Amino acid sequence: MNTVIKNLFSAKARQKVLAFASLVLMIVIFAVLSPNFFQMDNLISIMLSTAVTGVLGIAVTFVIITGGIDLAIGTLMTLTAVMAGVFIGYWNLPIWLGVLAAMATGAVAGTISGVLVAKLKLPPFIATMGIMMIAKGLSLVISGAKPIYFTKYEGYNSISNGSFIDFSFLVPGLIIPNAVVIFFGVGIVSSIILNKTVLGRYTFGLGSNEEAVRLSGVNVDRWKVAIYALAGAIVGIAGILISSRLNSAQPALGQGYELDAIAAAVIGGVSLSGGEGTILGTIIGAFIMSVLINGLRILSVPQEWQTVVSGLIVIFAVYMDILRRRK
Amino acid sequence: MILKKFAARGLVVLTALAVLAMTGCAPAKPAEPTKVYIPLISKGFQHQFWQAVKVGAEKAAAEFSVEITFEGPENETMVDKQIDMLSAALAKKPSALGFAALDSQAAIPLLKKAQEAKIPVIAFDSGVDSDIPVTTASTDNAVAAAGAADAMGKLLGGKGEVALVVHDQTSASGTLRRDGFVNQMTSAFPDIKIVDIQYGGGDHLKSTEITKALLQAHPKLAGIFGSNEGGAIGIVNGVKEAGKEGKVVIIGFDSGKAQTDAIRSGLMSGAITQNPVGIGYETVKAAVAALKGETLPKTIDTGFYYYDKTNIDNPEIAAVLYE
Repeated sequence: MNTVIKNLFSAKARQKVLAFASLVLMIVIFAVLSPNFFQMDNLISIMLSTAVTGVLGIAVTFVIITGGIDLAIGTLMTLTAVMAGVFIGYWNLPIWLGVLAAMATGAVAGTISGVLVAKLKLPPFIATMGIMMIAKGLSLVISGAKPIYFTKYEGYNSISNGSFIDFSFLVPGLIIPNAVVIFFGVGIVSSIILNKTVLGRYTFGLGSNEEAVRLSGVNVDRWKVAIYALAGAIVGIAGILISSRLNSAQPALGQGYELDAIAAAVIGGVSLSGGEGTILGTIIGAFIMSVLINGLRILSVPQEWQTVVSGLIVIFAVYMDILRRRK
Repeated sequence: MILKKFAARGLVVLTALAVLAMTGCAPAKPAEPTKVYIPLISKGFQHQFWQAVKVGAEKAAAEFSVEITFEGPENETMVDKQIDMLSAALAKKPSALGFAALDSQAAIPLLKKAQEAKIPVIAFDSGVDSDIPVTTASTDNAVAAAGAADAMGKLLGGKGEVALVVHDQTSASGTLRRDGFVNQMTSAFPDIKIVDIQYGGGDHLKSTEITKALLQAHPKLAGIFGSNEGGAIGIVNGVKEAGKEGKVVIIGFDSGKAQTDAIRSGLMSGAITQNPVGIGYETVKAAVAALKGETLPKTIDTGFYYYDKTNIDNPEIAAVLYE
C-alpha cells in the first residue's frame, strides 16, 4: 500500500496522473460547453478515431524509448493495408491470412529499418525517412494508385466497425467498436512486453545507456532490430484497422500520421531522448489529441484554431519533458 | 523542482485556457435549437479553391439566415480524418448536411445514419457515389474541359501538336477533364494531334519537370493543357525554364494568383474556371430548399467560365477567381 502511494507521487507517475487529469478536465469542459459532446454516439466516435493513431503511437513508443525515431510508420501503415488488400481482394485468400500478411509486411519493413539503424549505423531519422518514402511509393505501385475495396468481403469491415462487446442493455448506445477493443488489446500486450520481458528491458536499456548494455555483453544490434521489427508488426495492425474502417486500402493516405503518433507519445510523457515512456501514457496522449480535436469541432471552433491549439498542446508537453530532464 | 511542478500544473491550466479561449473565438453556437444549422464537410480546407467554396456558402448562409460551418481535412488523401469530421458534424444534430466525399464507400455508414435521422445530404464538388444525397452541386468537369479544348483549338487555328499535364489519373475530376478535353479535341479539331498525356499530381514542381520533358521530346509542341491549378502553373514554369515563352499556347484550369498573373502577362493564353463560389452557394441553397420539402434536380451544374486577358476583370469573372 505504501509503495503504491509512493509510486503515485513519484515524478513519473505524477506526470501520467496529470496527463490523465488534463484529459478528464478537457472532457468535463467540453461536456459543459456543448450538450452534444457527452453523447454516447460521440464518445464512441472519439474512441474509434483514436484507435489508429493510438496503435501507431504504441508502435513508435518502443522505438522512441530506444532513443530512436520511426518516421516510416504512417506510410508503412498504408503499405500494410495495401498488402492486406492484395491478399484478400486480389488473391482471394482468407481474411486471417490478409491480416497476417499485413503484420508480416510491417515486421519486414521494421526489420529493414532496424538493420539500417543498428548495423549500417544510419541515423534513425534518415533511415526511417527513406523507408517512409519507399513504403509510400510501393503502396502506389502495388495498388496501381487506386484504392483496393473490401466491399465484397463482409467480415473485413467488421474487424474495425463491428462489435462483439455490446453493453447497450446496460447503457443505451454503449456498443464498443472492435477497433477500440483491438487498440486496448494491443496496448495491454505491448505494456506487458515493455515491462515484463527481456525485450522490454533492453528497450529501456538502449535508450538510457546503449554503451553500458553493449559492455555487459548483450548483442545490442540484434535487439535493436527486433524492436524495430516489433514496431513494424504493430504498424501492420494499424494498417488493418484503418483499411477495415474505411472498407478499402487507400494507397495515397498515411503521410503525416507518423507525426500524430509521435505527438501522442510525447504528450503521454515518452521522452524523445530515450529511456523513458509508458504505453498507458501514449494511449492517454492519443486520447488527449482526439478529444481536443473532436471537442473543438463540436463547438464549431474554426479549423484554423483547432490546429493552433493542437500545436500549443504538443509544445507544452515537450517543454515539460525538457524540464523533467533537467532534474 | 518548483519549475517542474509549475509546468505540470501548467499543462492542465493551459488546456483549460486554450479550450475556453477558443470557444470565445467560435463565431456562433449552433446549439441554439431555433436556427437551422448546416455543416459543410469538404474535401479540403487550406486550398484557395475550398476557401472560395466557403465564401459562397457563407454568402448563402447570410442570405437565407442559416448557420453553417465549413471543414475539410488538410489534404485530399486523409479519408479517415474526413470521416471523423463527418461524425462530429452529425453529433451536432444538424438540420441538413453538405458533403464532398473523398471516398464514398467509407462514408456510407454515416450517410445512412444521416438518412435515418432525416437529415438531407447535399453532395457538392465531386459528389458522393450513393443515392443518399438529395442532389449534387458540382462543375460538369467533362463539359468544362471541352471548353478548354475549344479555346485551344481556336488559338492554334485547328492544327498542331498538343499535350496534357493532368493532375490525377484516378480521381473523377482528373479523368473527366482529361477525357472531356481529348474527346472534344479529336471530334472538333481533327487536325490537332494529341501527342502525350502526363500526370503531375497537381504538384507545381513535378508538373514543371514534366513540361520540360514534353518540350524536349516534342519540339513541335504547340499547345499544353493543364487540368488544375498546380498543373497549369507547372506548365508556365516549365515553358519559362525551357525558354519557349510565346511559342506554346497554354490553357489552364481554375485560378490562383500565379495563374492569373500568367494570363495577364500573356504567358498563359487563358484558363477555365469553375465556379467555386457558386458551388458553395448552391449547396447551402439546395439544403435550405430540401428542408422546405422542395424537390430538387438530381444534379445542379454550377457552371464554368473561360477567361483570358480580355475578360479577367469583368465582374462576373473576377467574383469567382481566387488569389
